Amino acid sequence: MKQPTVKAMNLLEQLQALDFTLVELRLYLHTHPDDEKALQQYNETAGQRVTLKEQVEEEFGSLAPNEPFTPGQASGWGEGLWPWQL
Amino acid sequence: MFVYEKKLLYPVKVSSCNPKLAKYLIEQYGGADGELAAALRYMNQRYTIPDKVIGLLTDIAMEEFSHLEMIATMVFKLTKDATPDQIRDAGLEPHYVNHGSALYYENAGGIPFNASYIAGKGDPIADLYEDIAAEEKARATYQYIIDLSDDPDLNDGLKFLREREIVHGQRFREAVEMLKENYSERKVF
Ligand SMILES: [Fe+2]
Repeated sequence: MKQPTVKAMNLLEQLQALDFTLVELRLYLHTHPDDEKALQQYNETAGQRVTLKEQVEEEFGSLAPNEPFTPGQASGWGEGLWPWQL
Repeated sequence: MFVYEKKLLYPVKVSSCNPKLAKYLIEQYGGADGELAAALRYMNQRYTIPDKVIGLLTDIAMEEFSHLEMIATMVFKLTKDATPDQIRDAGLEPHYVNHGSALYYENAGGIPFNASYIAGKGDPIADLYEDIAAEEKARATYQYIIDLSDDPDLNDGLKFLREREIVHGQRFREAVEMLKENYSERKVF
């Protein structure tokens, strides 16, 4: 199967970075529930994720099940390359 | 329920085919202090840990599964183009004879994964101290593998994973403090 373009890989890496920020902040907030700055950063990042995820899915197809199929993609997340094939 | 997202927690790259490094790395796949043990340990503790800590345990368990997927990706990439000669030189013949090029939950010595790697004591403090120790052991294992590895791309991913174990250990320490505060406020648990 064709390997993704540099542009596609860049978008994916941006999404990975955003999602990692969410993972890290979520763990932190479990033990620092009163840190409003962290909470605000979490919510802002979660908001940015929505648009970026759409851009990534235009390149790679759906990332997860239970979501509408991406326009232009014949099918859902079962098609295209898997993470270890990139 | 679980929803799989089709991407890694952190990008995994390897510089070249290197089955010897894969042999070391499998310790973090199916070894006593590896990612499978970590994920299963935390998933299983959730049912008896105080409510305050369930969210943290769940999120860390999920992250450990994503670490497991990173390790699998590393092992796969390091071995997928290996020739029989390279497999022999790496000392992977016993694995190859048994499993071909499949991954397997075993440690670096080829011993299959065993549930006795995981404790479940049903006592919040005992369980969380076990978790802290497990994170420290996982961190040390990553360091040992990095010491043996000369692959800069692989080491980038391994250093990321090593740092995550430090963060998890920190969060578990904070969880212990939260529970201790609870204990002193409320005599009956
Ligand atoms: Fe961990």
